Amino acid sequence: MATGTEPHLKKGTAPGGVRHGTRAAITAAHLRTDRWWLQPAATAAGLFAFVVYSTWRAFANADYYEAPYVSPFYSPCIAENCEPMKNGPNWEIFGSWWGLSPALLILIFPLGFRLTCYYYRKAYYRGFWASPPACAVAEPHATYTGETRFPLILQNIHRYFFYAAVPVAGILTYDTVLAFRDEHYAWGHMGLGTLVFLVNIVLIWAYTLSCHSCRHIVGGKLKHFSKHPVRYRMWRWVGWLNGRHMLLAWASLISVALADFYVYLIASGAFDDPRLF
Amino acid sequence: MSTSTTSGTDSDSGTGGGGSAYDARFRVWRGDVEGGDLKDFTVRVNEGEVVLDIIHRLQATQAPDLAVRWNCKAGKCGSCSAEINGRPRLMCMTRMSVFAREDVITVTPLRAFPVVRDLVTDVGFNYTKAREVPAFVPPKDLGPGEYRMMQEDVDRSQEFRKCIECFLCQDTCHVVRDHEENKTAFAGPRFLMRVAELDMHPLDAAADTGLDRKATAQEEHGLGYCNITKCCTEVCPEGIHITDNALIPLKERAVDRKYDPLVWLGNKIRRRPT
Repeated sequence: MATGTEPHLKKGTAPGGVRHGTRAAITAAHLRTDRWWLQPAATAAGLFAFVVYSTWRAFANADYYEAPYVSPFYSPCIAENCEPMKNGPNWEIFGSWWGLSPALLILIFPLGFRLTCYYYRKAYYRGFWASPPACAVAEPHATYTGETRFPLILQNIHRYFFYAAVPVAGILTYDTVLAFRDEHYAWGHMGLGTLVFLVNIVLIWAYTLSCHSCRHIVGGKLKHFSKHPVRYRMWRWVGWLNGRHMLLAWASLISVALADFYVYLIASGAFDDPRLF
Repeated sequence: MSTSTTSGTDSDSGTGGGGSAYDARFRVWRGDVEGGDLKDFTVRVNEGEVVLDIIHRLQATQAPDLAVRWNCKAGKCGSCSAEINGRPRLMCMTRMSVFAREDVITVTPLRAFPVVRDLVTDVGFNYTKAREVPAFVPPKDLGPGEYRMMQEDVDRSQEFRKCIECFLCQDTCHVVRDHEENKTAFAGPRFLMRVAELDMHPLDAAADTGLDRKATAQEEHGLGYCNITKCCTEVCPEGIHITDNALIPLKERAVDRKYDPLVWLGNKIRRRPT
């Protein structure tokens, strides 16, 4: 124990936060007068909406492929019960024993990447767990150990999910290339879906590369940038993207849901993909 | 929390004036470790003033025994930290023009530290934590005056050196603000940033003496308590990106040494200086 930092507590009071000990006697949990609740509420609502939508789509096991588009939720499709996709990313690694939706096999990686992402951690710690709900607003929990013990110490595996997210983004890039075909698999065509996929893959890559772990790996871990000029330049590029990590996290979350929803609409026959050429 | 109202205002005592002057309603916490409450005041405000000006006018006209710590009035000494409408801020850098004239402005001491009197708190916790961070270790083969560093190597550290030690980040961090019991284990964002600064320093030779700053960040300074909710960054009057540029890189460095098998394998196969 560090000397001099023992809790300042009055006799008879329990350990606690702003209302306890020798601090200014103010009983209010906070004195903020702005709408501090708006941001965590909006964040929680946005994340909750995505969780509901993606759960429905992941378990649906239907309407995820309509040539030449495959939903990003189902790509790569690695079970035998996948819909056949010509030249598409279906590799029957899991064989026939897997009877559930094939999306469940692959979504664990992007889900884990986002769940352990430094931005999303801030978002759901504030939005769902109120730890804290907002700056200088007292949290409702009696104790706090942060990310020092199980299960939250597992947030440190974010880097593994980053390693996994890169090939997944590569496969989604491949899907976008395949989207330059028409419904008869002839190359050199574009539809509205191709544009949707293009926007989505740019945002997916931007979000993936703006990751704090990526920033660290490409150069942040160095002590001497001057000895590694290429990595220093890459670190600066990633740093520029990293400054927009929150924006990219939301933009790519929305775009991946929209890309999936677009495939759902055309696969379910709601409308035909408008062909540009 | 009780509230009492003082009699009288200093409407006629304000300096300056003119058409843009107005009377603002303030609630200022008065008291000491034995107790206290918010007191209501009405104070004259002139164009261009900051909250510290109003506190000084209050002190000069209505509450001569009001305790307030301040020094430079320029946002550089870090003395006049307080909570204004519940937000940790420097009083000298908070313009009155950001509030509507009809707003009631509440000023309290920092709520993460023991109160001394009125707006003054005991920030000794921070000095104790500062002493726990081992200082820069000079390289053995270089003497004073022989240090040569490239600008790109020191840019990161220089951002952290902008810190004025106002301790607003320490005050707002919920790890200690809401959990007094964590003060023993957790150094707080300001001093984790200091560890990061030293670990990134191109000439720091701590590793040669057996001091692993990444390990101490985690094991002695409580890095794992930080859940990167960024309040320290939000309140920093110097605009230092504490979370993105210090705390998260420090967490990543801790991951390097403890949780990443690829880094471990790479270090086993081939050692090269970073």
